Amino acid sequence: MIRFLLRRAGWFAVTLFCVVTLSFAMMRAVRGGPFDSERALSPAIEANLKARYHLDWPLWKQYAAYVGPLELGEQRAAWLGGDGTRVFGGVLAGDFGPSFRYRDTTVNDILAQSLPISLALGGVALAFALVLGLAAGLVSAQYPRSSLDTLVRTTATIGIAVPNFVIAGFLVILFAFLVPLFPVAGYGSWEHMVLPGCALGLPFAAYIARLTRAGMLDALSFDWIRTARAKGVPPRTILLRHALRAGIVPVVSYLGPATAGILTGSLVIERIFAIPGTGSHFVNSALNRDYTLAMGVTILYTTLVCGLNVLVDVLYTWLDPRVALEEEG
Amino acid sequence: MGAHNGLRGRGAGKQGFFVVLLLLAVLGYGAWRVGLEAGLDQADFTFANGAEPTSLDPTQTTGAPEGRLMRAIFEGLCVLDPKTLAPLPGMAERWEISADELTYTFHLRSGARWTNGDEVVAADFKAGFARLLDPREAAEYAYLLYCVRGAREYATNVDDSGAALRGFDTVGIRTPDARTLVVELERPVPWFLYLAAYPPLAPLNQRALDEMRAQFPNTWRIERLRPENLVTNGPWRVVERRVNDRIRLARHDQYWDRDNVAFETIDVLASEHLSTNLNLYLTGAVGFVNEVPAGVVPRLAGRADWNPTPYLATYFYRVNVTRPPLDDARVRRALALAIDRRALTSKITRAGEPPLYSWVPSAITPVTGYVPPALRTTTEDPVADYARDVAEAQRLLREAGYGPGARALRRIEIHYNTQSTNRDIAEVVARDWKLHLGLDVKLTNQEKKVALDTQRRLDYDISRSTWIADYPDPASFLEVLTQASANNRTGFADARYDALLAEALTARGAERKRLYAEAEARLLELLPIIPLFGFTTTSLVDPRLAGFHPNNLDIHFPKFWRWNADGERR
Repeated sequence: MIRFLLRRAGWFAVTLFCVVTLSFAMMRAVRGGPFDSERALSPAIEANLKARYHLDWPLWKQYAAYVGPLELGEQRAAWLGGDGTRVFGGVLAGDFGPSFRYRDTTVNDILAQSLPISLALGGVALAFALVLGLAAGLVSAQYPRSSLDTLVRTTATIGIAVPNFVIAGFLVILFAFLVPLFPVAGYGSWEHMVLPGCALGLPFAAYIARLTRAGMLDALSFDWIRTARAKGVPPRTILLRHALRAGIVPVVSYLGPATAGILTGSLVIERIFAIPGTGSHFVNSALNRDYTLAMGVTILYTTLVCGLNVLVDVLYTWLDPRVALEEEG
Repeated sequence: MGAHNGLRGRGAGKQGFFVVLLLLAVLGYGAWRVGLEAGLDQADFTFANGAEPTSLDPTQTTGAPEGRLMRAIFEGLCVLDPKTLAPLPGMAERWEISADELTYTFHLRSGARWTNGDEVVAADFKAGFARLLDPREAAEYAYLLYCVRGAREYATNVDDSGAALRGFDTVGIRTPDARTLVVELERPVPWFLYLAAYPPLAPLNQRALDEMRAQFPNTWRIERLRPENLVTNGPWRVVERRVNDRIRLARHDQYWDRDNVAFETIDVLASEHLSTNLNLYLTGAVGFVNEVPAGVVPRLAGRADWNPTPYLATYFYRVNVTRPPLDDARVRRALALAIDRRALTSKITRAGEPPLYSWVPSAITPVTGYVPPALRTTTEDPVADYARDVAEAQRLLREAGYGPGARALRRIEIHYNTQSTNRDIAEVVARDWKLHLGLDVKLTNQEKKVALDTQRRLDYDISRSTWIADYPDPASFLEVLTQASANNRTGFADARYDALLAEALTARGAERKRLYAEAEARLLELLPIIPLFGFTTTSLVDPRLAGFHPNNLDIHFPKFWRWNADGERR
């Protein structure tokens, strides 16, 4: 287990290094800078602005300062362009620097403020996906090839095919305008989370419904289920107490990718529902050429996705000791 | 992603079920906690402000959303009447202008206070102006004050470290006593009182800034702008800020005109998604939204809360005058004449935008009395006018040596920044040019900052642009196209045009307007730009909101806002 985790940590470091380096290079390769606007800056002002954010340094030096050399001592810090008393410590010190666009804040502040909101939204979406998906899948498996089953499967197929922003539009029309149950957008109470949570969770609910149905039908065909039936156990008990335990496993293995998908897929939903999460910064920061914020969000998402993958792999061994981590890593 | 299958068996199932339950519990608790922390009671007034403000520092902001916020939390020497836009007393209770219009003496009111209890004194304004002009502060709007004696020299002469070479005492700003501020101008500036109401010219509480600087030697720029540290002098103060969500304002209890400030709290929502903002407005969650999606504009006509009003902004095409065949003024004029502007505003934009045949939009006339010349004559019959324009355009092209029996015009490319309205407009323009001039037109869209870079490098034929006035004066438009202007980006350089503008700088009254009209006429002859239409405001305002009036600057001071007592419509 420890060997597995260490190896994963090593790969994570390599992945992160590549992501940081590549996205740094790509951000800077794009034309247009953070301070470009319809109104041109006077040369003295532009020079001062660039100097404040060290954009006047050569790229390699900016990169070194961004990644943040570990404690170098005053001399070597000076060689890298610092003065020994660096304001921002660099990524290695967990400091993502000042935001170029939101000049009153640091990237750390923005992420600290927005990430819990994105996580909460993701949580609502995932909970919704699980409850709806499991229920639909169970019903479907209980009455296979019935009209109810057909309905669930058709709805699930549509749910997977339709993008979440289209679902969002329908939900807004239905539950904010026609039947005004929930606020149309915004943030501040649990009611605000319902519609975006549903819109974000529905495609995943559809997938979970299909997984549950398949898993349950599989489980219902096992010998021990047949034995239980033969013994006269009522069908509902068979389904909920015996088959569910086995049938749910594919859903559990899907939770890892689903969580990653929900977290990184929330950017459109956050925009439509004006949820101040991290996703909305993902696109805007690139458009604004907010170099540090774009990098910060990218690094955060990389970490989240890698971390979730490891977590899922560890969960597998706990769920089913037959899966050995060493072989897999 | 790891193993997905082969995970069956009884042992796995029980734990799997447990995992799902545990996950649900954790998620539920997390969502509930976050929801709780977000809890703010309903504000007295909420409006959708557009993009998240880039800063709460009035010297560091230039955008419209920032402006709306700044006018709620800071107050300059003047404010503008919400209806007539006439300068009204703000921090200054009265002012005198010398006969030569070069010296402005502002007398500050007594009893005006900052949110930290300090009295607002003349030195605060001097400190604010000094910070705006200080090259190390890199304020984008520093040039607004270049009309002050010595200010341009102070702000633009810097040493290697970027610091000013001259002392600030060389700038014509004096404070003879605590309540008197004297500003000496280099030349008459008819719009100076508008500037005095403009957020970048807000005062600065130097004591609060110095304290922050001492406390946070490295990060004071960020720390001093946090809601708990920010010291302001306007009708409201900032109590909470959540990036991309809202800024909560609460009434500033020591504000001099506190009794006339109606709303105890205001929520300024940051949301860029236009449909979302419209939905918020339609469900009553916000009382004012500044912009609506282009697609719904036709359906808003006739609503009491929909009053599109022309303001000082031009939608235009830049022409790269360094590239043949666009280096020929006759070709540029032919292109400008052949566009059916009425089709653009009646079929695409549809918010009552005035078709423009001048560079300075017609909305300037009610504000300044300046009447822009036009690039063609307009009669009662717009159809005949356009037919005549097309004929003239064809004649000009033939005269320039293009068309049937002569050289064929090469393909012309229109660059626009990615947005559906821009594309639709470019398509209509391309159709007109194809139909009437036989021109082959290519449309290219670019992301906004890339498009800007393309303009700067003069790497285009025709490029879409917008210009919004900084101050209500023709100069705010005309100065853009001087040879020295960094905003020119067309390659246009005309000595006579520059000379006329230079002469207008020191002129006054009618003579000044005449010189500007002459310069603009010259511009419309040479046409480095093709004006298409003037913008109108596209805001929706709750009819119960009093003190809000659509105006030609699209500038609104929240201190005048209040609910109509009887809920009647304006």
